[in-house]
Amino acid sequence: MLKTRICGIKLENPTVLASGIMGVTGASLCFVSENGAGAVTTKSIGLEERKGHPAPVVLEWENGLINAVGLSSPGIEEGVEELKAAVEKSKSPVIASIFAPTTKQFGEVARQVSKAKPAMIEANISCPNVEAEFGKPFATDQKAAAGVTKIVKKNSKVPVIVKLSPNVPNIKIIAQAVEKAGADSICAVNTVGPGMVIDIKTGKPLLANKAGGLSGPAIRPVAVRCVYDIYESVKIPIIGTGGVTYGKDAVEMIMAGALAVGVGSAVHYRGIDVFRKVCNEIIEFMEKEGYSKLKDFRGIAHE
Amino acid sequence: MSECSCTESKKLEKPLVLKIEKIVDEAKDFKTFIFRHRLNAKPGQFVMLWIPRVDEKPFSVTYQDKERFALTIFKVGPFTQKLFEMKEGDKVGIRGPYGNHFKLEGKNVVLVGGGCGTAPLGFLADEMKKIKADVNFIVGAKSKPYLLYLHRMKKSGVKTFVTTDDGSFGVKGFTTELLKTFIEKNRLDKVFACGPEVMLKHVVEMCLKAGIPCEVSMERYMKCGFGVCGQCCVDNSGVRVCKEGPVFSAKKIKKIAEFGKYKRSASGKKVKL
Ligand SMILES: Cc1cc2nc3c(=O)[nH]c(=O)nc-3n(C[C@H](O)[C@H](O)[C@H](O)COP(=O)(O)OP(=O)(O)OC[C@H]3O[C@@H](n4cnc5c(N)ncnc54)[C@H](O)[C@@H]3O)c2cc1C
Ligand SMILES: Cc1cc2nc3c(=O)[nH]c(=O)nc-3n(C[C@H](O)[C@H](O)[C@H](O)COP(=O)(O)O)c2cc1C
Repeated sequence: MLKTRICGIKLENPTVLASGIMGVTGASLCFVSENGAGAVTTKSIGLEERKGHPAPVVLEWENGLINAVGLSSPGIEEGVEELKAAVEKSKSPVIASIFAPTTKQFGEVARQVSKAKPAMIEANISCPNVEAEFGKPFATDQKAAAGVTKIVKKNSKVPVIVKLSPNVPNIKIIAQAVEKAGADSICAVNTVGPGMVIDIKTGKPLLANKAGGLSGPAIRPVAVRCVYDIYESVKIPIIGTGGVTYGKDAVEMIMAGALAVGVGSAVHYRGIDVFRKVCNEIIEFMEKEGYSKLKDFRGIAHE
Repeated sequence: MSECSCTESKKLEKPLVLKIEKIVDEAKDFKTFIFRHRLNAKPGQFVMLWIPRVDEKPFSVTYQDKERFALTIFKVGPFTQKLFEMKEGDKVGIRGPYGNHFKLEGKNVVLVGGGCGTAPLGFLADEMKKIKADVNFIVGAKSKPYLLYLHRMKKSGVKTFVTTDDGSFGVKGFTTELLKTFIEKNRLDKVFACGPEVMLKHVVEMCLKAGIPCEVSMERYMKCGFGVCGQCCVDNSGVRVCKEGPVFSAKKIKKIAEFGKYKRSASGKKVKL
């Protein structure tokens, strides 16, 4: 009932572990896969070893999470090794998320992770938490976004997903630019903001990085609107990500036009088996409403 | 479909700012920080301690009553150094309690603590006494000035046995050697351990061989503490030490292939133990 296909890759169900939640190691990706995820995405892999920001790096506020992990990464060699372990042992397809500070390096990282034969490569051009170091995310400029897409495509043998930022005035233009540059799919969205939470007893920002990206329930309406806009402007499939916590949220994303749904922060809200729970709730919904396939309600918000 | 009540019903995973009520010199390079707050932790659980504008690190609960809890901290690096410079009345943040906990069971039990691994066992010893267990506490340290809780344990009726690496107090040698004699001479219901991983590995092997139920608490690099970031996932099961752990039964720990061999650093890179 929930089977779906994205860029020719079969998924048992449409839930995809979002990048940066759990996926630091091969073993942790397998652990998530065993808990029912239709596909799993690695924490973004980069060329150099990075410790990330000091802690706190992730906290909860009233309506979601805020994070500035700061793209910690063991570096390319160990990153590829962990990816290989995941590809070998995971029950569901593995998506390799990659990041780099320059367009050129994106090509190099794509080339390196390709060795581990992931099902797809996701170019994370939208992390808001490393601006001090990397400058404005590529996803905020259509030319920069297209440039990265082209070079990642050139260096990959598998379908390429480009992960977009919601923090732009017109996401349609960016989506069209990456589609034109050869992207096979779009993941939308990365975290919103960045935002800030200040502790009023000490008068200090809580995150060590001070600002961080928002995720979880509060950003869902933003994510749904982004997916809706992208669906209207491109033909390539969309992985709708942002605030999906319950089956009803996944259904909403699919109605906005998503082919699959990313699940990240909900691992906190509902536990590691959130994937199985969300799937059961989608089925429950479909049975009640008389849908037999996901396709029956995909994009119906546009009709 | 159940509606989300997650933002209402439970406390938020963000630091609660507390004043340090009291600081006690526990031993050489060890200080105990006491806070007035009802934590509702169980033995084996830990908190994330935030020093504003510095960093945030995990520490086990070593003492708890209805109004207070305490952490015993060993000075090892930049964060703990900073903490040692703080004074009573200074503000820090606390998140938690996090992780699973020791199962309070057994009539005749042995606790094996090495170095700062002794901290969570102090709390465990208190709770085991409350359920009227016969508690034997093997405490190990490199030398006499580093020994923890001898007075505290004596007061609460826990039998303590001391080993030091240099023989400056108690028996010269390792805690595991004492445990061996214990296992040979007594009928033990349960062994609990926390400390250096080489020590834990020996404890686990001895207990498995002797058929004694055993739980150990292990450490891995932690960032979020509530199971989201994936930093403390272990090979090959992928379980999170901050969530499914830090306490594992001897049987479960046998499935953790990296146990006693390597851990991961803040970047996720493997480091030999
Ligand atoms: C569940 C748990 C319970 C702990 N309980 C206690 C305790 O009761 N008392 C105590 O003194 N110490 C305890 N620790 C260890 C304590 O977290 C470290 O000593 C502390 O983080 C060191 O920070 P530093 O900057 O002073 O030293 P550093 O020089 O940064 O590190 C010294 C050592 O601590 C480890 N460490 C550093 N940061 C972390 C981190 N974020 N998570 C895990 N390990 C880290 C390093 O890998 C290194 O081995 C516990 C650790 C864990 C995981
Ligand atoms: C702790 C944390 C770390 C993240 N790290 C990454 C990352 O490395 N790469 C990336 O593309 N997105 C990262 N994200 C963003 C998520 O993949 C996702 O796009 C976002 O959280 C919205 O989805 P959610 O509401 O389901 O969490 C991270 C999010 C969180 C909460």
